[in-house]
Amino acid sequence: MSDRQEIYSETLSLVEPFNKKGVAITEATRFAQDLEWDSLTVLDFVANVEDEFDVIITMNMQAEIETIGQLVDALVRLTDSRA
Amino acid sequence: MPDLFSKFDPVIAQREALLESGITDPFNLVMEGVESPTVAICNGRRTILLGTYNYMGMTFDPDVVAAGKKALDDFGSGTTGSRVLNGTYVGHKAVEQALKDFYAMDHAMVFSTGYQANLGVISTIAGKDDYIILDIDSHASIYDGCALGNAQIVPFRHNDVEALEKRLKRLPPEAGKLVVLEGVYSMLGDVAPLKEMVAISKQNGAMVLVDEAHSMGFIGEHGRGVAEAQGVIDDVDFIIGTFSKSVGTVGGFCVSNHPKFEILRLVCRPYVFTASLPPSVVATAATSILKLMNSAEKRAHLWENSKRLHAGLRQLGFTLGTQEPQSAIIAVIMPNLETGAAMWEALLHEGLYVNLARPPATPAGMTLLRCSLCALHSEEQVGEILGMFAAAGRATDCIS
Repeated sequence: MSDRQEIYSETLSLVEPFNKKGVAITEATRFAQDLEWDSLTVLDFVANVEDEFDVIITMNMQAEIETIGQLVDALVRLTDSRA
Repeated sequence: MPDLFSKFDPVIAQREALLESGITDPFNLVMEGVESPTVAICNGRRTILLGTYNYMGMTFDPDVVAAGKKALDDFGSGTTGSRVLNGTYVGHKAVEQALKDFYAMDHAMVFSTGYQANLGVISTIAGKDDYIILDIDSHASIYDGCALGNAQIVPFRHNDVEALEKRLKRLPPEAGKLVVLEGVYSMLGDVAPLKEMVAISKQNGAMVLVDEAHSMGFIGEHGRGVAEAQGVIDDVDFIIGTFSKSVGTVGGFCVSNHPKFEILRLVCRPYVFTASLPPSVVATAATSILKLMNSAEKRAHLWENSKRLHAGLRQLGFTLGTQEPQSAIIAVIMPNLETGAAMWEALLHEGLYVNLARPPATPAGMTLLRCSLCALHSEEQVGEILGMFAAAGRATDCIS
């Protein structure tokens, strides 16, 4: 699953259940400002992403990730390094 | 000039909105007098204390108070120094010996608060390439210990054994790992599945630290905590605890059997760069800890109190944090902050003090009325408490 487009669409489907405001999602969508997720929502979402891709996204890494695109980039790196 | 305080505006607004409703400020209560571990005077009114974490009621124990007075006379009011310079008196060594005896462990290190114990141990032992795997509902002192250090932080869903195991298995096998757990989680009063979690951590090559702040003195045959009660204390590498709950004073500690443990005294900054506890405090703590070793009857009575309050509150129609009583903390879940604050104030008018807890300290954005029982609450007091909850609950429409 190292194809970026595939990871992006998988990420979108994981965002959907938490997208309570129905925000239109692009790579530039920001988790805090645009989706208005609080820290608890972020924790739940990250746990789902970790399980789906079988990776660890440490809180240190999360601090650097602000947008959907940045998350997808991180997932590409993480899944690549495993393969 | 940008005002650095602008970032607090949302909190200021929320607080002002709450106080405009004319409610007593729940975070500004002053106790004018304290009669006993279970009764204080608040706003001139005799008030039953049900939110103090004074689980074993040691604060007015005559032996404990006498030990403190004697130390104050013999050693003065403070050490004015770090433990590694001029701040270690015989009393500090004595309280560490009392902890070693209490836990039957080789090493004990006393910090100036429980907060600093977590801050110091966690930030020091987990380095840059190590991983800290922690329950997401961990106490602020655990998160702050992570923030002070520079390890990689991996949270997992609260009390979820499978979530912990999955994450441990995804980490590099050769990396250093510290799993951080609590015996009792203080917001809902629920207990961790330590038996399973400690075993899984060990199988995956992790060291385990358990914060037993809310279980010491009460849970387990010898009052050593949840790890003792679940039979895994020998596999726990570090136990963190506090003197400000069952012990009845202030201070924190770590006990361990790790052969190199003593080196922490030189490398742990929150231990080195602060003044040690006053001689009176360590004297009261040592006396209290030794008495807690033989308190089986008090422990049994505290369990009775917890069971009775839990059953009584459920019967009244309140929603509680746990299905059955798991500790000396009973959390009453409120629908929102406004109702929680109104109920808190109504209870205070009835003559009962509980903790109002709200986000971000609480899990899932909950507002809680947190009740912590004391071994010295009498049967009659627990009855009175239930009567007060009934009256205040009806007055605020929390129950019918």
